[in-house]
Amino acid sequence: MNKIHNRQVVCETLIEIAKSDKDIVVLCSDSRGSASMKPFAEKYPERLIEIGIAEQNIVGVAAGLAHSGKKPFVASPACFLTTRSAEQIKVDVSYSNTNVKLLGISSGISYGALGMSHHSLQDIALLRAIPNIMIVVPADRFEAENMTRVLSEYKGPAYMRLGRNPVEDVYSSCDYGFELGRAVTLKEGDSLSILTFGETVKTALDAAELMEKEGIKCRVINMHTIKPIDEECIIKAAKETGAIMTIEEHSILSGFGAAVAEVVVQNCPVPMKIMGIPDEPAIPGKSKEVFAHYGISAENLCKEAEKLINIKKNGW
Amino acid sequence: MNKKISQNVNLQKKAAQIRRDIVDIVYRTSAGHIGGSLSETDILVALYYEVMKIDPKNPHWSERDRFILSKGHAIDAYYCVLADRGFFDKERLQTYSQFGSDFIGHPNRAIPGIEMNTGALGHGLSIGVGMAIAGKMDNKDYRVFVLMGDGELAEGSVWEAAMAAANYKLDNLVAIIDRNRLQITGKTEDVMALTPLEDKWKSFGWNVSVVDGHDIPSICNALSKENKIDGVPSLIIAETIKGKGISFMENNASWHHGVMNADQYKMACEELDKMLEVLS
Repeated sequence: MNKIHNRQVVCETLIEIAKSDKDIVVLCSDSRGSASMKPFAEKYPERLIEIGIAEQNIVGVAAGLAHSGKKPFVASPACFLTTRSAEQIKVDVSYSNTNVKLLGISSGISYGALGMSHHSLQDIALLRAIPNIMIVVPADRFEAENMTRVLSEYKGPAYMRLGRNPVEDVYSSCDYGFELGRAVTLKEGDSLSILTFGETVKTALDAAELMEKEGIKCRVINMHTIKPIDEECIIKAAKETGAIMTIEEHSILSGFGAAVAEVVVQNCPVPMKIMGIPDEPAIPGKSKEVFAHYGISAENLCKEAEKLINIKKNGW
Repeated sequence: MNKKISQNVNLQKKAAQIRRDIVDIVYRTSAGHIGGSLSETDILVALYYEVMKIDPKNPHWSERDRFILSKGHAIDAYYCVLADRGFFDKERLQTYSQFGSDFIGHPNRAIPGIEMNTGALGHGLSIGVGMAIAGKMDNKDYRVFVLMGDGELAEGSVWEAAMAAANYKLDNLVAIIDRNRLQITGKTEDVMALTPLEDKWKSFGWNVSVVDGHDIPSICNALSKENKIDGVPSLIIAETIKGKGISFMENNASWHHGVMNADQYKMACEELDKMLEVLS
C-alpha cells in the first residue's frame, strides 16, 4: 500500500505548475527541508524566497508579492505560521484580499513528541473566524495533488493544512471529481455519519468497515474543505442518518466539530459526538499513539458509534 | 533657480492647504488622528506632488511607484492628499467615519490610490519588501515607499522586514520614519527608547539619511533616486513635530487623536489661513 507524504506531492505538483506559470513562488521560513520544498528550490532557485525564521514577515512579504501579481505559496510549520502571524493573516491576507496560499506543514499533532509549542490544534478555530480565507486539508496524495492544482488557479486567500506523516491512499486516482467546498462521500450508510478530514479519513473508513461486521451502516464523508463548509452535505447526512460523529486532529473547541454542529443545530438537530483533542496540552507521542489515547482508533470509534446510535434510537 | 524657489513655495502652500483640509475633516467628524497626520503632511506632499511616479487617473498603472501607509491611523492627511491629487472626488470625504462609508479610520483598498489595508502597526515594511522583491523579479523600475511611525518601531516584525530588505539588497525600497518622538502615552523615549535610531538601521544594513521632516526640498532630496546606493535599501528618518502647524497641538501627545472644540477649531483655522496668506 502506498504511503506518500502529502507535502512531497504538493512540492512535485508545484514544480510542474511552475513550469508554465511563471508567477508561482514559494516562501520558506528555514523550512524548505521539513516542507519537502528542496526539489522546488533546486529547480527554481530564483523563485524560492527564503525569509528565515520570521513568520510574521513571511506572511507580510507574501502579501506584498501577491499584490504585485505573484502567486505565493508560503510553506512553514502550521503551529508557527498560523498563530505567530495570525494578525498578518487577518489583515495583510484576508482583509487586503491578497492571493496568498498558506501551506501549514506538520500540522495537528504531527510533531507529537515535541510538545504543545509544536502542535497546531488551534489553527482551524482561529482561521475559521477570519472572513475570506479558505481552509482545506487533503486526505491523501491524490487529494493533495488536486488541491494544489485547484488552489494555484483559485484567486484568493487559502490555508492548506498538511500533516507530516506519510498517509495511506484513500482514493485510487485523482479522478474522483474534486471540487473546493464540496465534500466527498466515501462510503454510503444510514445508521450514522462520520465526518472528518485529513489523516483521520482513513481511520474513519477502517472504523466503518469494522462496524459493517456488526451490521452498522456508517456513512463516511471526507470534508476536505473546512471553510466554506459543505452545509448541504451535512444537512443531508443529518436527515438521512440521524446521527453525526466528527473526528478532527484539532482541539475539540471551536474547530471542525463545532463548524459541523453549527450547521446541524440550526438546520436538523440530531445526536452528535465530537472526537478530537480535548482542552489540554496534548499528550506527547507518535500520532498513532496520541490518536489512540484520545479514542481515535477504529476500534474505539465503533464503540462511540454504538453509543451514538443508542441515543438516536432511545434518546438521551 | 527662481523656478525652483517658486516650486518650493508652491509645495509649502500645498502642505498648508492639506493641513487646512485635515483640520476640517477631523473637526467635522470628531474622529481621526490629527497629531500624526499633521506631522506626516510634508512627507506626503513631497511624495505625492514631487517624488512618486503615479497616475491618479490610472491608480493600478503597473509602472507606478507604490506607497504604503504603515502608520495607518494617520489617515486624515492621506485622504486629503489623495483627494487633492485627484484619485477621487473630494466630496466623497464628506462620508468619512460615517456608517457604512468606505472612508474609514484606516487605509483600505476600496479607496482609489490605496494599495493595501493597514492599521495594525508593524505590517507595512514586510508588505513593501514583498512588493520590492516582485519588482526586482519582474525587472520593473518602480520604487516602493513605506511610511512608518516611530512608536511603531517597537513592533518586532519591523525588524524582521528590515533584515530581509538588506538581505535581498532591495535598493528599490525606501522606508520613511515620521520621527515625531511622541506616541499615545507620551515620549517615545520614555515608552520604549529608540535611540540610537540611526545606528540601529545602519547596523541592519540600510542607507540612512536624517532630514528635517518639514523641509520639503530636503525631503525630496533624500527621497530622490540620486540618493540611492546600489544594492542597499534606503531609510529616511524625517525629524518632525507632532501636531505641526497648529501652535497648541505641537509636541503635545494629547493631540495624538484629540478632538477640537469650536474655539480650538477656529484658532487652528486662523493659524493655517494666516500661513496660507503669508505663502501667497
